[in-house]
Amino acid sequence: MSGTTVTTGAGPARTTAAGRTRALAHAELTLLGRTRATLAAAVFVPLVMPLTLRSAVSSMDLKGTGLTVGSVLLPSAIGFALLFAVYGSLVSVYAARREELVLKRLRTGEARDLEILAGAALPSVAIGLAQCVVLTIACRAALGTGLPERPELVALGLLSALVTWPALAAVTASFSRSVEGAQVAAAPLTLVSMVGSGTFVPLQMLPDGVAPFCELLPLTPVITLVRGGWSGHLSAHDTVGALVTAVAWTVIAVFAVRRWFRWEPRR
Amino acid sequence: MNTNQHDDVIEVTGLRRVYGGGGRDFEAVRGVTFSVGRGEIFALLGTNGAGKTSTVELIEGLAPPAGGRVRVLGHDPYTGRAAVRPRIGVMLQEGGFPSELTVAETARMWAGCTSGSRPAGEVLDRVALGHRSGVRVKQLSGGEKRRLDLALALLGDPEVLFLDEPTTGLDVEGRRSTWELVRELRDAGTTVLLTTHYLEEAEELADRLAILHEGRVAALGTPAEVTASQPSHVSFELPDGYLPGDLPPLPGLGVSGHETTGRRIRLRTGELQRTATALLVWAERARVELRGLDVRPASLEEAFLRISRDAAARDGDENAATTTGPAADTRPARTRGTAA
Repeated sequence: MSGTTVTTGAGPARTTAAGRTRALAHAELTLLGRTRATLAAAVFVPLVMPLTLRSAVSSMDLKGTGLTVGSVLLPSAIGFALLFAVYGSLVSVYAARREELVLKRLRTGEARDLEILAGAALPSVAIGLAQCVVLTIACRAALGTGLPERPELVALGLLSALVTWPALAAVTASFSRSVEGAQVAAAPLTLVSMVGSGTFVPLQMLPDGVAPFCELLPLTPVITLVRGGWSGHLSAHDTVGALVTAVAWTVIAVFAVRRWFRWEPRR
Repeated sequence: MNTNQHDDVIEVTGLRRVYGGGGRDFEAVRGVTFSVGRGEIFALLGTNGAGKTSTVELIEGLAPPAGGRVRVLGHDPYTGRAAVRPRIGVMLQEGGFPSELTVAETARMWAGCTSGSRPAGEVLDRVALGHRSGVRVKQLSGGEKRRLDLALALLGDPEVLFLDEPTTGLDVEGRRSTWELVRELRDAGTTVLLTTHYLEEAEELADRLAILHEGRVAALGTPAEVTASQPSHVSFELPDGYLPGDLPPLPGLGVSGHETTGRRIRLRTGELQRTATALLVWAERARVELRGLDVRPASLEEAFLRISRDAAARDGDENAATTTGPAADTRPARTRGTAA
């Protein structure tokens, strides 16, 4: 990547998509380090939440569900990482950059829309991924959770989530007029996902009538795939269902960004 | 891909831009045509809402036009953005930098998105911001932010520079040094498209300019050409005991019209020297003093005000059958076409 090289010879070095995205991500990482509130929410909530959940999960009646304390707790923790480190923090980031006219200014340059959005998302996505790794190691150490039985399901679940949730954050940010408003706008999906996507309580433990609706929520397939991937107890039918739901949400989220994302403040 | 063989770096033909909303479309740009040659400073003037920024955004390729054609360096700036963007520099009306980054960090971010970027320090020095490189953007003054914006627009040594109100918020000194810098760039071959609402700025800088009014080109040419079509003015206080009718016959002085405010009379003339001479000779002979005598050649400001007033009056004429009073009085001697 020779994006920023100065040349004196024939023709200036052209920037590359990767070089531009990296420059934007680098700036965004610096900014994240200076936004204490966002950083605290992104880093500490996902790491602390599982601790508070542990006693509750320990007292659950998991008999017959094929689950263990670890395979309940770890996907939940990963869910929290996605909700707070990725979704919550990115809603604020996109709203802040829009209100400061940063997005508008960037669009006058060489960076393309996708690069601008991806550059802003990368640091949060990296933090989210790092937390997943830390949580996995922690669960293994503290609860003796083994390695995933079907790692490809875990990977697919995470991969789809790391596209879908930044996109959902971008759309959510578009329905607010300020950074504060953006945090409010992020609350409904965060709460619904915590309650309905098996983050706090495994879906298997929810009343029968509610589960079909909950399965359609955007975080549900991620939790299902991660949990199923770890325990290995996911039927082919449920696997396909979760994969289809996950892909559907990715498509919906990307479409919604293209359709509704606002690059400038509303005046 | 065609390279441009001729000298027009920016070509705009019949440009239209429509903002949709709730079934009521607003046409902000209504058939704008002009071109900018290589190494030229071209200014777009206009009142607020005249369509300056809407026009410039189309030329920058931020949005596709609703009609007409734009070419920048021979390319469509919207569909051919990959070819155009590395060769242009843009400074928007308002900054747009993360407030928590330092000046140097902001420059580094932009350098990473700019082909053939110069070292950030060199460009910051050029706008006298080198000593502020460790300062957060939020701590910069309004003028410093404008200069940072300009520095970033210059990072890639652009062939075409777009400056949207570049000196708004600058003090007199900052404004002068920005003008100096823009002239240097022009002399080095950079083409500059500038919008401003400071007429002095256009007069100082622009090789050619267009005055926009309600989305149309109301006047186009060099500052001298645009100004030349406007009348000059002579004003003074009527001597005690004199009425306007006591003056020599005004048409004989080359005066095309006049207005009085209290004792003060303002003569409009296309022949300033003739009018002024005849008036002074008359005063000498009549042994009267013309107190508060003010002889004023046409200025761009006057041209600008008149053009927007005339355009407003014309709009009025289109809507109402009769127009009386001052509006009728200020109707132009000849209507300027939207020259292309």
